[in-house]
Amino acid sequence: MNGFGYLRPDSVQEAAEAYAAHPGARYLAGGTNLVDLLKLGVERPGTLIDIGRLPLDTVQELPDGGLRVGATVRNSDLAADPRVRDRYPALSQALLSGASAQLRNVATTGGNLLQRTRCPYFQDLDKPCNKRDPGSGCGARDGVHRDHAVLGHSPQCIATHPSDMAVALAALDAQVELYSTDGTRRLPVADFYRLPGEHPDRDTWIRPGELITGVRLPAATAGVPSAYRKARDRASYAFALASVAVVLRVEDGVVDQVGLAFGGLAHRPWRARHTELALLGAPATPAAFEGAVALELAHAEPLRDNAYKVPLARGLALDVLNRLAPAPAAA
Amino acid sequence: MTGTTGTAPSKDHGTTGPTGTALGAPAERREGRQKVTGAARYAAEYALPGRAHAWPVPAAVARGRVTGVDTSAALALPGVLAVLTPGDAAGLAAPEDGTLAVLRSADVPHRGWCVALAVAETPETARAAARAVRVTYGTEAHHVDLTEDAPGGYEPDEVAGGPGRVEHGDPEAAFAAADVRVDVTYRVPPLHNHPMEPHATTAHWEGDRLTVYTSSQGGTTVRATLAQLFRLPEERITVVAEHVGGGFGSKGTPRPDVVLAALAARHTGRPVTLAYPRRLLPTVVGHRAPTVQRLRLGAGTDGRLTALLHEVTTHTSHVREFVEYAAVVSRVMYATPALLSTHRVVPLDVPSPSWMRAPGEAPGMYALESAVDELADALGTDPVELRVRNEPRREPGSGKPFSSRHVVECLREGARRFGWAGRDPRPGVRREGPLLVGTGVAAATYPFQVAPSTATAEARPDGTFVVRVNAADIGTGARTVLAQIAADALGVPLERVRTEVGHSDLPPAPLAGGSCGTASWGWAVHEACARLAAHPEEGPTVHADTTGEADADSPYARHAFGAHFAEVAVDTVTGEVRVRRLLGVFAAGRILNARTARSQFTGAMVMGLGMALTEHSTLDPAFGDFPESDLASYHVPVHADVPDIEADWLDEDDTHLNPMGSKGIGEIGIVGTAAALGNAVHHATGIRFRELPLTPDRILARLLCEG
Repeated sequence: MNGFGYLRPDSVQEAAEAYAAHPGARYLAGGTNLVDLLKLGVERPGTLIDIGRLPLDTVQELPDGGLRVGATVRNSDLAADPRVRDRYPALSQALLSGASAQLRNVATTGGNLLQRTRCPYFQDLDKPCNKRDPGSGCGARDGVHRDHAVLGHSPQCIATHPSDMAVALAALDAQVELYSTDGTRRLPVADFYRLPGEHPDRDTWIRPGELITGVRLPAATAGVPSAYRKARDRASYAFALASVAVVLRVEDGVVDQVGLAFGGLAHRPWRARHTELALLGAPATPAAFEGAVALELAHAEPLRDNAYKVPLARGLALDVLNRLAPAPAAA
Repeated sequence: MTGTTGTAPSKDHGTTGPTGTALGAPAERREGRQKVTGAARYAAEYALPGRAHAWPVPAAVARGRVTGVDTSAALALPGVLAVLTPGDAAGLAAPEDGTLAVLRSADVPHRGWCVALAVAETPETARAAARAVRVTYGTEAHHVDLTEDAPGGYEPDEVAGGPGRVEHGDPEAAFAAADVRVDVTYRVPPLHNHPMEPHATTAHWEGDRLTVYTSSQGGTTVRATLAQLFRLPEERITVVAEHVGGGFGSKGTPRPDVVLAALAARHTGRPVTLAYPRRLLPTVVGHRAPTVQRLRLGAGTDGRLTALLHEVTTHTSHVREFVEYAAVVSRVMYATPALLSTHRVVPLDVPSPSWMRAPGEAPGMYALESAVDELADALGTDPVELRVRNEPRREPGSGKPFSSRHVVECLREGARRFGWAGRDPRPGVRREGPLLVGTGVAAATYPFQVAPSTATAEARPDGTFVVRVNAADIGTGARTVLAQIAADALGVPLERVRTEVGHSDLPPAPLAGGSCGTASWGWAVHEACARLAAHPEEGPTVHADTTGEADADSPYARHAFGAHFAEVAVDTVTGEVRVRRLLGVFAAGRILNARTARSQFTGAMVMGLGMALTEHSTLDPAFGDFPESDLASYHVPVHADVPDIEADWLDEDDTHLNPMGSKGIGEIGIVGTAAALGNAVHHATGIRFRELPLTPDRILARLLCEG
């Protein structure tokens, strides 16, 4: 490992100031991904700013009935929080389907959002990767890409975002809280991530030095039925081949509220706006679900070896939609 | 023959077996406490004074030559001691095993080949230095794709100590004339051993004496190899392998870590540790070579085989020939008047393949036992009954009688326990909501192998005994079982025997591989102890050498056998296959330690589960290596994948093996597991999948088309 500076601020403001004084630094939280990337040489920051001591480790009630999750709340703690389990079950399920128990005990909410793709070409300095080394090419496009994107990819990059948690947050209309010396702002999780386009080196819209201080779960999705389902190569400790988070409220047989996001298909949690638009106000029937999901997946552009992801995502989405929809009242 | 089930820990920690002696007792691993408390030291943990650390630089091209190595940036880093480059090993003698010819020349035979080695004060500095080394290459076109018709292939003369081809009768004509025919091709991808402890060595020179602490399945061979390479008499070399964190074949012979560490230690004058980074292991320490296996089974309407043709295509590297001898099992399993068992190996620009648990047998039985299931389907015969019907009286390949063979009994006992009777043979009809459920069976075989060993037994004045043999305990419990063999031969309680293994000052011994460790070392231990017991006046130390006995030709075909039964549920939404039950019943001579034997059987069955469902490496055609290079992407099964799993055995009384009457148990557990699972997936879905692993992408694609 190359040498690096190490700072441990006590407040959010100190952390942001530390970044301003050390441009190119990286914030260190649980370190479950960043430390790996340091070892691999993918990340080579001059300074690490350890935010582990910041007072961001609690889940708080918001006045409007939502929840505010501090950036350093551990994945395992968040998954077990009774308020999350009761009001946002898809989030708890997504967290528990990610990584391993050991990793979840260390990984944080903010770090989970900012984890990098596990594309093997991204992780290997001896291979081309436009995300790691812009302009070097993409090893995966003609290489081994069974796990890669089918939606929203670009000629430069076909990587997927690996988080399960972010998929549930996107469907739940959660917002990311950002802090910098210039002030604070919030972004919907669904809009926090970029598509790769011409600049796959940039995963998100976060600005240099901005610190994630927390995630807000809105009152609007609290208590609405939701669920997460993930398909993977082994029963635990594997990234999603495809996954889906669904938030669904049905009133009198009609879809009254819906949020649906796919994981494992794209460079970001893929909020299925076409599906949602088609479903809102439509009857909550298997046929309606099928048509609405097909509208979204019609945009898929599978690669040579990952066409299976399209029917897989369709099956997952229909399974969860049908499960969440109340059984029609007996005639 | 009796079923053995009692393995609950007894109050005496399992020191007494069924016959009243230590043999067969479920004795606890002697080093268990050391291991779980972290006290056991592994090769990289010998923190000798002044030791430095090495980090390899892997070749970044798939074929070519190193044209330049710029070490200036690396050497400029504080704490860097040296960077070894091609040519630095030119003074060593040429190794017999080409994979050890590291840093001898500028040639790059495959991607990942070690082209430089950084040595520094800390592992982190060594890693940074390795990354700072600038290597330039002259590249050549490379080929890593294995296809059935790949050019350059040839039939090897010899595989696994036998001929590359065995042919009896007129198999082509017999197959063409058969009433019922199955002609299918099965594929197994490259697989990796990935033991928990990576390949690691700490090397230390004192003048012209070399000591290596290394992670190896056979320290005696390591010493001989280092002596040859470094042109030293063996007595100046000490090899310590006290604890080994698994190998599964990949540490069967010395790997580049031991040569590189010794070289770097000599170069720098410091003790040097090289713990091979996990990500570099797949290209350096071997893999199970992929196989394409064509099986043709011809049978009469009575279900008796009339022709069996098993043709295997596999790859090797340009560094050395290694053949995944998958067709050999067809010389053992079934009676047939016409047999063809042959191999074709294609040298490619791939990393060198090597042994992985049950090399040959594991992929070979996957294909054969899947094809037999297809034949049962074609005949409308129960797959257990079909196997029983084709039971040979003598070994089909050699014509020799079997020393013991209880595969039918394993099948019958397994069927009884599993509840096979009354199974509905129709595929694809058991639905539980979105799940399709099915069951499958496969037989297993693994050869009995044994090699000459030496050992000593010493009677101590305090009434205790010390047994010494340079065995390797790779996590199997060798220390423990050798003490049991000794206690039994001496007629003393187990706690009065101490075992010393894993050090080259001990009597030379063969490797822990080919499931032959206990059989080979135990024979010598038994002989030394039996003589000491019968003739105490020869003591206090008796030396035994089984050369001439253990390697004597046997008139018998000697194999362990088994039967696997599996139940799976296939999710029609996702294509995920999840295992519900796995049962293995084995006949492997006398079981010497019920606890560690069960651990080996079930461990190997879990590895077979991985082979069937989750594990695969992909040869990247553009880059020539394996993208699955860490344990997040190479999917060994996790606990959640491993269901209700049970292994048991039938005791055999076979006097044609060794004084203990034991066959090997380290590998047979993996053989047959994948076929049983694959057959269960067919029974569940009605679809034949003929390429491993059975991952959701493959399953789902065909469920949607054909389900």
